[in-house]
Amino acid sequence: MDSYIITIGIFIAINSIVVSGLNIIVGYAGQISLGHAAFFGIGAYTAAILATKAGLSFWLSLPVVIVITGTIGLLMGLPSLRVREDFLAITTIGINFIVEAFFMYVPFFGGALGIGGIPRIEFFGTPLHGFAFLVLCLVFLVIALFISWWFTKAWCGLACFTLRDDEVAASTIGVSPVKFKLLAFVIGTAMAGIGGALYAHYMRFISASDFGFPVSVMMLSMLVVGGMGTVWGPILGAAILGILPEVFRPLIDYRMLLYATLLLLVIRLQPGGILGDNGFVKSRLKAFSRGGKNEK
Amino acid sequence: MSLLEVENLHIAYKEIEAVKGVSFFVSEGELVSIIGANGAGKTTILNAIMGLVPSQKGSIKYKGKDITNLPPHERAHMGIRIVPEKARLFPQLTVWENLMTGIYGIKKQISLEERLKWIYGLFPILKERETQPAVTLSGGEQQQVAIARALISDPDLVLVDEISMGLMPLLVDKVFEVLKELNEQHGKTILLVEQNALASLKISTRAYVLETGEITFSGTAEEVINDPRIHEAYLGG
Repeated sequence: MDSYIITIGIFIAINSIVVSGLNIIVGYAGQISLGHAAFFGIGAYTAAILATKAGLSFWLSLPVVIVITGTIGLLMGLPSLRVREDFLAITTIGINFIVEAFFMYVPFFGGALGIGGIPRIEFFGTPLHGFAFLVLCLVFLVIALFISWWFTKAWCGLACFTLRDDEVAASTIGVSPVKFKLLAFVIGTAMAGIGGALYAHYMRFISASDFGFPVSVMMLSMLVVGGMGTVWGPILGAAILGILPEVFRPLIDYRMLLYATLLLLVIRLQPGGILGDNGFVKSRLKAFSRGGKNEK
Repeated sequence: MSLLEVENLHIAYKEIEAVKGVSFFVSEGELVSIIGANGAGKTTILNAIMGLVPSQKGSIKYKGKDITNLPPHERAHMGIRIVPEKARLFPQLTVWENLMTGIYGIKKQISLEERLKWIYGLFPILKERETQPAVTLSGGEQQQVAIARALISDPDLVLVDEISMGLMPLLVDKVFEVLKELNEQHGKTILLVEQNALASLKISTRAYVLETGEITFSGTAEEVINDPRIHEAYLGG
């Protein structure tokens, strides 16, 4: 397979994992986050430092990455207990800038130079690159999807949905807002961490600006376009927003403009996202299952 | 010992005092009504019992335990459920999922099948609506889901807030009948807050009359109905 296409595939797969994590926080538990790239970065930096300074392999550092991003995610989830909606969005933006500045100005994290020389992931002694790395990413994506799907079926998922729909009513039926908001933050940020670790080992060089606020915006855009609160939405969103810039490469200067236009169109025409309730995919499927009759 | 004991409860929204030192109790197996005009503080009292609004002074005891400072979800775990004003369902979830949220955390303790059969017996329309998102239901249907969601957990104390509001008259009768049946045949303890004084008094054991944040009269339902002042003020002469 063409290495160009493989590279795009790898980025889409990594973004799908990270956006699936965001989906659990935003789509399932209803806690808006505009700072998800911070956790993507925390995962990447943890993996990078463990690999370059401690000489740990990806497989050994992975549990550490999950624990560290999940723990920091838990701490960063605390504001969601006190602020909501617009104010939570602003708080998470703040978190993103703080984390980025941390990586940028603390010498331990390589400062403005970032961290280079991150080794490839080895699988039984064979370094993974190209297609093999894509397969590895897809394996993690399947796990992420499974967790997302399981969440929609499990009690903790239902509890998160009730928080999203009506927090007060949720508490009156015995759902602890504290417990389930934090649970969503921990799982969602840990998934971002895994994506970050994959990213670090694939790029083999990372710097703070890879995990800035615009990246968070892009991730939320992917989620909104694909469909919040759906299992497959993050993949569709990551694929669309991953492929479009390549297709429109001649228009690279207008990339942000295209993003904005797409986002506005989705918000105007498909407010639930393309795969969301009342999205055209679902209504087409319904029409199809009724033998093409589109009854009102 | 009373199941619920409220003593000298004070609740204020900013400077406005909505409830001014209210004391009352509900014993096990009773159906108690709090009646009063709009803005008397009825809903505020219910919300305080559920833990949704903080109280400034006073205490709320439930099963002999002081719950004044417990968060709502812990009160829910202790067996208190509220049927809120205007249903407050989870709009994006289906009727079935809404019902399931009602047994969150206590799934293993109850026989789901039996409860569901009972619930669907009370409200047959819910079976038909099972797979619909709650937001697509009519007001009356939503109200029924809200009652079902509270009842499915087999609660020890049910708080019912303005159930008759926004329901068509036929359904109001039906809902009061269900409450009566719950109380008489299933021994459920119910605290009812209503503007529709006559309908609620008819099914109550006892009642309290609330006026601008204070209890001005209390007694058995019969006493309240027969008191001339109450009769004039709330029951239309």
